[in-house]
Amino acid sequence: MAQRVVVDPVTRIEGHLRVDCEVDGGKVTKAWASGQMWRGIELILQGKDPRDAWVFAQRICGVCTTVHAITSVRAVENALKLEVPLNAQYIRNMIQGAHNVHDHIVHFYHLSALDFVDIASALKADPAATAKLAQSISDWPKNSVQEFATAQKKLQAFINSGQLGIFGSGYWGHPAMKLTPEANLMAAAHYLQALDYQRRMNKVVAILGSKTPHIQNMAVGGVTNPINMNSQSTLTLEKLMYIKQLIDEVGDFITAVYLPDVAAIGAFYADWTQYGRGVVNYLSIPDMPLDTKGTVFALPAGFIENGDLAKGFTPVKGFNDPYFEKGVKESVKHSWYQGGKGPLHPYDGETIPQFTDWQDEGKYSWIKSPTFYDKRAQVGPLANVLGMYASGHQRTQYWVHAVLDTVSKHLGSKVGVDALHSTIGRHAARAVRCVVLYEELQNQWKLLMENIAKGDTTTFNKPVFPKGEIRGFGFHEAPRGMLSHWVVIENGKIKNYQAVVPTTWNAGPRDETGQISAYEAALLDNPVAVADQPLEIIRTLHSFDPCLACAVHLTDTETKSHYQVKVL
Amino acid sequence: MSILVLGLGNILLMDEGVGVRAMEAFDAAWTVPDHVSVVDGGTCGMDMLDLIASHDHLIAVDAVKTGAPPATLVVLRGDEVPAYFKGKLSPHQLGLSDLLASLKLQDEAPQSVTVIGCVPMALGTGLMLSPEIEAQIPEMVTLIAEELERHGVTAVPRAAS
Repeated sequence: MAQRVVVDPVTRIEGHLRVDCEVDGGKVTKAWASGQMWRGIELILQGKDPRDAWVFAQRICGVCTTVHAITSVRAVENALKLEVPLNAQYIRNMIQGAHNVHDHIVHFYHLSALDFVDIASALKADPAATAKLAQSISDWPKNSVQEFATAQKKLQAFINSGQLGIFGSGYWGHPAMKLTPEANLMAAAHYLQALDYQRRMNKVVAILGSKTPHIQNMAVGGVTNPINMNSQSTLTLEKLMYIKQLIDEVGDFITAVYLPDVAAIGAFYADWTQYGRGVVNYLSIPDMPLDTKGTVFALPAGFIENGDLAKGFTPVKGFNDPYFEKGVKESVKHSWYQGGKGPLHPYDGETIPQFTDWQDEGKYSWIKSPTFYDKRAQVGPLANVLGMYASGHQRTQYWVHAVLDTVSKHLGSKVGVDALHSTIGRHAARAVRCVVLYEELQNQWKLLMENIAKGDTTTFNKPVFPKGEIRGFGFHEAPRGMLSHWVVIENGKIKNYQAVVPTTWNAGPRDETGQISAYEAALLDNPVAVADQPLEIIRTLHSFDPCLACAVHLTDTETKSHYQVKVL
Repeated sequence: MSILVLGLGNILLMDEGVGVRAMEAFDAAWTVPDHVSVVDGGTCGMDMLDLIASHDHLIAVDAVKTGAPPATLVVLRGDEVPAYFKGKLSPHQLGLSDLLASLKLQDEAPQSVTVIGCVPMALGTGLMLSPEIEAQIPEMVTLIAEELERHGVTAVPRAAS
């Protein structure tokens, strides 16, 4: 008989992301994804000065502050047809690159690796055997017996203290955990090292963004970083050299630790290439502009239909491409908003709440359902890597094959690009994207240095707002996928503002014609060994890097449980 | 001995931002010596590790959920600061305790942690606080000043400085 499994993270306010699954015969037969927080940024921004929108927008989210800041200024610049000086493009590119690299490392090691890595088992490992295993897959200097023994002691002490904290959500000893104690210890030790490396990357954001935790240097028309090689209060040569050093150090970690770990864990869990395929229309957009108009990009991308990288690919060409602008619509048929007008373009979008109870066949989410030319799409690092791959981006192609070849070697059988359309494939793609971004960060640093050496120190073009109505859109390939902001400005004030965040694409409810979203599709046929410990459902959801519980930051002394899982 | 006064919360969600608002009110009314930093941490998570690691004592000002009625003020110290939290489906759920656990793993946790909190009333969308919560801001500012005093720091009213 079918069981209903509800995974609802206990959240600090009314739930954030809830997933309902019907489980029959040990696998998921039906799924509903529901966001439980309604989108209100639109209302806050109405009537505000468009030059200030980014300041509020960066508060939408606790992780993606820079992401929303950059996308917001791009939307207003697009409405004004305002060009952005080269230095400002390079500085923004470096901020976003560093932020994305930081975020991918945190996502893999600190937020999802424990779905596959059993910390309790790591305590039983032999450090010498662990070193041997680690040295067989990488020449990372910290893969020593000493390092693994120290890490093991540290974990033991931490667990003995009874304060599990960040490890508290692990399903230890679950039958779906497959790694050997040594592989678990290797990954756990790298988890600790990753804490340090993600911080180094974040320093790059802090230096360029002039302040941490919220960046201060964004402006409609450029950035506010004055460039003067001799003045300590500005972007100096010394600061730029330090940034280079940080990028290089984190790059070593990515190539010698992150990539080999993902390949090794992927090989251990090769069966997870069969689960989590989901929607295989992929939407990603070009990013890291190399000119002032946003027509040439370091990282090309586009829309892929039906997983066909050759015939199904249409590039998105730039910040002004009408192909992108016209393709996006949002449906509220299954969302708790007043509807009846069919799917609406974000410029015309409405956000008028209309709460019903949860209705399997009716409304069941606060998330709207976006479509691209009426098709559901998946966004995220996998979409971006496939988009770059299909665009012929050489370094992406190189790293995709490097990772797949390593996995093939571990397994002794050939694993192709098709394996990426899966739960574990999303982790592999995130690692590939991380190394591609690291290489591009080095390139952007070089471009900035060369441009300054030419004597160009311009970082800002002043925006001027015309009378009457203008509209524009901005996009950015954020860590969780393509983010777009849409703004309508009237007489210099914001008239409408819509932020279509990445998780909206992946976690939306059914759309106008009943098509299911990427989450809902990816969960189908997912195995569930133990109904009240649905680790497998969590694995597939985590592979998307869900991002809905935005920006809520309440200290909670009342609730101490982990996922709230209900079996009905 | 450095001290970090860190305002936490989302100013877009009404009372969720009470920690940031109290920190701003403190900053507007009082001056502190150089070894005390007063920072708007907003909704940031892992981004704050470096900031917290570079201080010896942390005074976090935040909205708290304790089960007490809205507008109740609490001061939590040491073990009262919840040491472990719920499972995470998203990095946005990284709370203060998770950051402290991460720092502990890196041997960089602050020597002391104090949370000055207020139980929120409304968490809808909006930049304003509920009137009942707004009314507690002066008391929260006083609590921040008193906590600094406990650490041997005397804040000076701006008008008098």
